[in-house]
Amino acid sequence: MTGYFADVAALARKDLRLELRARDTLPAMLLFVLATLVVFHFALPADAGDDPAYGLLWVALVFTSLLGLARAWVPEREAGALDGLVLAPTDRSAIWLGKTIASLAFLVAAEVVALPAFVLFFAPLDAHALAGVALASVGICAVGSLVSAMAAASRGREVLLPLIFLPLAIPIVVGGVGASISEEPGKFLAFLGLYDAVFAILSWAAFEYVVTE
Amino acid sequence: MAETPLVRARGVERRYGARRVLHDVSFELGRGGTLVVTGPNGSGKTTLLRLLVGLAVPSRGTIEVGLDRAHVGFVGHEPLVYRELTALENLDLFGRLYRVPERRERIGMLLERFGLWDSRGERVSAFSRGMTQRLALCRALLHEPELLVLDEPHSALDAQGAALLDQELEALVPRCTLVVATHEPERLGGLATASLALGVA
Repeated sequence: MTGYFADVAALARKDLRLELRARDTLPAMLLFVLATLVVFHFALPADAGDDPAYGLLWVALVFTSLLGLARAWVPEREAGALDGLVLAPTDRSAIWLGKTIASLAFLVAAEVVALPAFVLFFAPLDAHALAGVALASVGICAVGSLVSAMAAASRGREVLLPLIFLPLAIPIVVGGVGASISEEPGKFLAFLGLYDAVFAILSWAAFEYVVTE
Repeated sequence: MAETPLVRARGVERRYGARRVLHDVSFELGRGGTLVVTGPNGSGKTTLLRLLVGLAVPSRGTIEVGLDRAHVGFVGHEPLVYRELTALENLDLFGRLYRVPERRERIGMLLERFGLWDSRGERVSAFSRGMTQRLALCRALLHEPELLVLDEPHSALDAQGAALLDQELEALVPRCTLVVATHEPERLGGLATASLALGVA
């Protein structure tokens, strides 16, 4: 088991190193989420209240994560590096977990900028909303890493990723908005936790079949 | 009692949609042997090699390899490395995943042997095709595989690199079993213990 987590750490570290070097993904995510919040700020009527704003926050976060996920497997695609990883004697789920952790790091970095901007432009965020964002981020990256690997292996990857990912992200949006505005946020946080557990296990188990022809 | 073959293919067929790439391919290869696979473009050499290493599964028939992934090395058409990592970073990553003992020494030795030591800190994207192919060979040999599967390994190598590869392959046999797809079977004439000529399926 130590070896498994050492592999996961090596793979996640490699993604962080690639991003630090190329700066392909994170700047795009930061610019996108900030630009989206600015546009929403002007699009939302002044008397709309806070609730619609929380909905827009989740739209911004889901689409920002989509931007990152679309680029997640690009380094693996470029020179057949994914085949190199698949051939290695490591458990193939370690490849998925490493990618999920790296994607989560990028999404959290985007959220560190996006959430203060949201508070500045729209409405305050309480502990339940922040917990919702944390749980949702895990679910987004767990499912997204699997789906983006599937999409990366196909010809219509740009179309396929949102087509598969967005329907799977609907429960996350429901849970996230619920945790932000409901009077019983615990119910929605539990729902997000359950979503994370179920989809993380499914993605962990299914990844092997995604990377073999 | 006859030795069990290390690699055994029986009636292997591979289809991509309606297109049949391989049809009824069967062969056996014993430990320490060298199988040379030849055939025109589109005859399925690359597909057969991908099936052998487990990157794809046959549509019909079976392929049995008596080793797990940890003991198989593969050089494909692509280098199977990260273009934006350096040669050293790539080999270090794969060395970790393969649990190579004394990893740094092994990497240093391979980089020296394949003439890449001075370029070890450069990103692969800055390498020439020949240098990238040398790095791909380093990656495949890093964990001292018992079965080495090579898809046109001489391609992109200059005369010096090709001669170096020939020397390496001679040194590997019979400790290592080789499967080599090539358009230049004469290069491996002395090593080949079996051959397989594929036709367009």
